[in-house]
Amino acid sequence: MSGVLLKADGLSVGYGKKVVVSGLELEVTAGEILTLIGPNGAGKSTVLRSIAAQLPLISGTVSISGNDITAMDLGDIAKALSICFTDRVTAEKMTCEDVVSTGRYPYTGRLGILSAEDRNIVREAMELTGISHLADTDIRYISDGQRQTVMLARAIAQQPQVLLLDEPTSFLDINNKLRLLGILRELARDRNIAVVQTLHELDLAQRFSDRVLCIKDNRADRLGTPEEIFSGRYISELYGITSGTFEPMFGTAEASPVLGESKVFVIGGGGSGIGTYRRMQRQGIPFAAGVIHENDIEYSVARSLAAEVISERAYEPISDESVQRALAIMKKCDNVICCLDSFGTMNIGNKRLFEMYKSLKNRSDNSGQMKLD
Amino acid sequence: MNKKRAVRWTICFAALAALTSAFAVLELVCGSTDIALSDVFGALAGRDRTSASHTIITEIRLPRTIAAALLGGALSVSGFLLQSFFNNPIAGPYVLGISSGAKLTVALAMMLTMQHGVLLNSASMVGAAFVGSMLSMGAILLLSGKVRNMAQLIIAGVMIGYICSAVTELAVTFADDANIVNLHNWSQGSFSGISMDNVRVIAVIVFAAAAAAFLISKPMSAYQLGESYAQNMGVNLRLFRLALILLSSVLSACVTAFAGPVSFVGVAVPHLVKSIFGTAKPIIIIPASFIGGAVFCLVCDLIARLLFAPVELSISTVTAVFGAPVVIAAMLSRRGQKRGV
Repeated sequence: MSGVLLKADGLSVGYGKKVVVSGLELEVTAGEILTLIGPNGAGKSTVLRSIAAQLPLISGTVSISGNDITAMDLGDIAKALSICFTDRVTAEKMTCEDVVSTGRYPYTGRLGILSAEDRNIVREAMELTGISHLADTDIRYISDGQRQTVMLARAIAQQPQVLLLDEPTSFLDINNKLRLLGILRELARDRNIAVVQTLHELDLAQRFSDRVLCIKDNRADRLGTPEEIFSGRYISELYGITSGTFEPMFGTAEASPVLGESKVFVIGGGGSGIGTYRRMQRQGIPFAAGVIHENDIEYSVARSLAAEVISERAYEPISDESVQRALAIMKKCDNVICCLDSFGTMNIGNKRLFEMYKSLKNRSDNSGQMKLD
Repeated sequence: MNKKRAVRWTICFAALAALTSAFAVLELVCGSTDIALSDVFGALAGRDRTSASHTIITEIRLPRTIAAALLGGALSVSGFLLQSFFNNPIAGPYVLGISSGAKLTVALAMMLTMQHGVLLNSASMVGAAFVGSMLSMGAILLLSGKVRNMAQLIIAGVMIGYICSAVTELAVTFADDANIVNLHNWSQGSFSGISMDNVRVIAVIVFAAAAAAFLISKPMSAYQLGESYAQNMGVNLRLFRLALILLSSVLSACVTAFAGPVSFVGVAVPHLVKSIFGTAKPIIIIPASFIGGAVFCLVCDLIARLLFAPVELSISTVTAVFGAPVVIAAMLSRRGQKRGV
């Protein structure tokens, strides 16, 4: 393929003789964002550092635009590939502009004096990342998030073909996470840069990657589009999630359910019950949820958090049978919460269920009993 | 803003240059016998070669002045290189024990040769000092791999310095030569007794090493961001680190060989210069440290000579009085910065 900028062949990486990740095959094309995900300590950063020629390769090759990096001159690597890593920068008395200017290093002469063009490129990189106002501020006196952005500007000023980022969003707030990843997307598309990054935020990895590489147990476990990777139970297996559940469709996580005999019955649907489910979980109250269609937006949350879920097949009206099952559980509960304030054709069964509960409650209130049965 | 900085830097350089000339003149004029300015210039111009003032100026004060300026510059640049290497603003040839290592080997070499009735020439003194510097440097490098904490590294350096000094004192105590007085003076640190021949050797070594340091200011600026980034920008880390070590050792060895150990200049001057210039850009700070070190040592030497004249203080006594508080300030500024962020 002509568009392949970065290629790894039979790559094994690690420290000294200790192999961390082996048998890596990789092709990243111009304009593509590849995201590495995987559990802590899986070796994502080691892979990045090896691709950046900062660690000797144990075996295999890495090439940029067809050139083997081990045969490349350091200066040529610097022009082709730039990094934005998590190493803390503690340089004293350097302004942010000074730091971004170091990106021009491979292009300047013996003494590193910037030309007018270099200074333009530096200014442009700072504008693109929205840090122009920090130009004269000491790098030590800005927030971690701003520093991360400054380091990205530095990497951009290096005008690379391949941009490697290790957890670029880890110190940023949500607005800045989205902004930074947006900038990466723009860079990849407009400048035809190949971006390889590691992310811990799965929701963002799912939304901002063209392809996702999953690293686990010393190898590349899977490589595919976000749609291929974020499906079924794969992510839960990749991370070995045991205390809680992961919803691949939205890339969200829920805590572990409170198991046991249901004490509260929640009638929800259409997202109305999610807040109640989470509150029950926080308070440690086992609850039952129903009747929820299997394609309801809150179905997966209910499945994750409820002790029992009474569900109905997608696009079908709630059947009598489901209502009866729900009623049986409801009778054993201390309390019922209905989160719906309107009912439609498909979930009219829930309306009947709630009315049955109210008449039962009236009857038991009249007979002086506190419990539903 | 860039223009504003350029103006600031120009003013600072001009001020430093003016101070250097002013104190150099004072060094020549003042002393046990004050010599009129006109006589000083007369002596420098080579008029009236037979007068006493001519001899004093050309054979005693001029070499001493030049040596103080050059060696002060050398120490400061050496300190700045070490600070870059260890990414630690309080690293310097004296605090890391590198000066003391040089002192030890030079003292040993001097005593060995004296026993055979030979006086060491300048080049072999520098050679011996370089060997000692490298030995201390090697010990520090071994330790730096083991200690992650920068304060511990400094403590280790100070201890190495004490060990070397103790061995030197021991050797001096048992040396049986009449020259022992000389040796004792030298081991305390002094710019006295440096001849014009010595100055020529000093000038060649110091200018060559300082120029080489200036030429690696580009990788130094990349290295300030840390190893990963430096490497990513195309710095050959191994070669670069080797250059830093060799150059800083040559510079401090040259100082120790001729003036003995001179304390704290290597830490204090770069710190002051960085504050005055408001930057840590090596391309600015290397020449600025050189000139700043010259000013600092000229002032300190003036004080050492004049304060209790005719008794002369050791140069380290004076540099410590001015330098040590700056070292403490440098240490505190680093602390504050960590807490501040």
